[in-house]
Amino acid sequence: MIDGGALAGATVRRRLLVWVPIFGAVAFLAIIGAPLIGTTPIRLDRVFDRSLPFADNVDAQIFFIARLPRALAGALVGATLAAAGVVFQALLRNPLATPFTLGVSAGSALGAMLAITFRLHLSFWGVSAVTAASFIGSIGAVAIVYALARARHRGFSTNVLLLAGVTLNSFFSALILFVQYLADSSEAMRTMRWLMGDLDVAGFGPIVASLPLCAAALVAFAWLPRALNLLSLDADAAASRGVNVLRVQRVAFFSASMATGAAVSLGGPIGFIGIIVPHLVRLIVGADHRVVLPASALFGAAFLVACDVLARTAMAPVEVPVGIITALIGGPFFLWLLVRQR
Amino acid sequence: MTRADRGSGFGIRDSGGPLAATALLVALCLPAPAIAMAQPSQPPPRRIVSLVPSVTETLFAMGAGSRVAAVSSYDNFPPDVEALPRVGALFDPDVERILSLRPDLVIVYGSQTDLIARLGRASVPLYVYRHGSLADVTTGIRDLGARIGMADAARTLAATVDTAFADIRARLKGASRPRTMLVIGREPGSLRAINVSGGFGFLHDLLDLAGGANVFGDVKRESMLVSTETVLARKPDVIIELHYSEPPLPEALTRDRATWQQLPGVPAVKAGRVYLLYGGELVVPGPRVVLTAQTFARALHPDLMPWGR
Repeated sequence: MIDGGALAGATVRRRLLVWVPIFGAVAFLAIIGAPLIGTTPIRLDRVFDRSLPFADNVDAQIFFIARLPRALAGALVGATLAAAGVVFQALLRNPLATPFTLGVSAGSALGAMLAITFRLHLSFWGVSAVTAASFIGSIGAVAIVYALARARHRGFSTNVLLLAGVTLNSFFSALILFVQYLADSSEAMRTMRWLMGDLDVAGFGPIVASLPLCAAALVAFAWLPRALNLLSLDADAAASRGVNVLRVQRVAFFSASMATGAAVSLGGPIGFIGIIVPHLVRLIVGADHRVVLPASALFGAAFLVACDVLARTAMAPVEVPVGIITALIGGPFFLWLLVRQR
Repeated sequence: MTRADRGSGFGIRDSGGPLAATALLVALCLPAPAIAMAQPSQPPPRRIVSLVPSVTETLFAMGAGSRVAAVSSYDNFPPDVEALPRVGALFDPDVERILSLRPDLVIVYGSQTDLIARLGRASVPLYVYRHGSLADVTTGIRDLGARIGMADAARTLAATVDTAFADIRARLKGASRPRTMLVIGREPGSLRAINVSGGFGFLHDLLDLAGGANVFGDVKRESMLVSTETVLARKPDVIIELHYSEPPLPEALTRDRATWQQLPGVPAVKAGRVYLLYGGELVVPGPRVVLTAQTFARALHPDLMPWGR
């Protein structure tokens, strides 16, 4: 599926002009529309009625505390995971790569499990200890994988990277199970819930905390597409065409990993976005990364926001973990695409 | 030892009730020796292994503590259990350890089908506990008493619980029933992953007894996750939050309570009626449900429920 697919400049410009506005409109509609949908009827004129004090205006609170942060968190996490998926697939030259392949999410999950099990009660600025610990865990995982990939190879071996990442993933998963086993039943339940993903962040604090890293990564990604086109074919060929391979690999690895860590600490390890969205977008717009990257980010945002609307309405007042929705929709849909593509 | 303790024979009818009935039902699906557990002519058990903390508490409360030979890894009450051997818990019972203790009665959860089958094969007598409603607590006490030959002591204990409940009901008669949300878990320091009691199970029943109307009483589930939107929409007048640990330092408690200020429009938050309760007994459907009911009632009706005894 990743065949480089580099196109002539004019064709890319044409496709960008067609597809980016379309996916942008879809994402915009999802983010604007999601806060209007819910099980509690709210009236927009009341939501924006300034004459009522906020503390007495339940409609405004539902809109601004409960729904809008969820939509924004969903958009941020969805865009980040989808774009990171594209970058990892190109970097590792493997269509099965996801943002979680290299152990970032497992490190993040381990951090969260430890915080939950050992009941870290610290919180600042609406960001809980669990969120902070999961981000620290992801940084730990990134550092270990990178050190391993460098130790084995003077340059930056993607094969070692892949093997180290996959092994670290299983190792962290074993540690997670061990921590869960030590936890008592109510904590074990909570850790399990965390693993299913949750975008009900109850305020803007956690989003603002994750935003800098995710935004920085998206900016870094904007610098990558041309190099990724060449890299996804062959590193040597890329080098012969003047690409500073090591630098591109490093930027791709760190930006995608840190952004994934920030996204996972915000919403939990929500699966399938990072693999389904890039492939779906490639089917529609072709394989050139200059189009795939922005289109995936926009469509990932729209897809996760829509899944979260389902998560909070499907079984209301009971909440369905959003990770279950993405997997339930994403899995069969992806298989259908696969079969249809022969 | 009480007189009832010494009494040996009890008919199959005495050990009736839903608990023993299910135990028998399970036994019938097992290899033949397991049927022995329901036979009426057994002497009262003297070496009881309890995998169920609420049953352990009940055994001690009815005066059978000296017969408890081992408990689960989650048991921590009464303090006497600290000295007893541990034999695993709900998901990880240590069969080898259990058998090595040569128990003459093992108290297991109904869902531990694998353990029931294995102990059945070893002809170990079983008492199958099933988690249920508040009414099952006193039924369970009487049933357990009959099973271990302490029917009188069990009846007395059950009557104490019933009397305490009747006292709470009498005090709260005619009182208003504040709409209450019973939180049984959330992410510390934030309002994420809010887990509440639905309209089913002993916690819901306790809230009902203590004069509160569960805002999620219409949902027939024991527990459920709810979003902040749902909390805002259901508008609870009181929030009771259960923590199964020791209370934290006062500053930490104040800080944790202040987390709810993120939802200023919830009537309970506005009126300062958010109660954080701490204690291991809150989750155990044993004889200490009386304490939990009294604590709930005090939070909901401070004017009608006296502090102290």
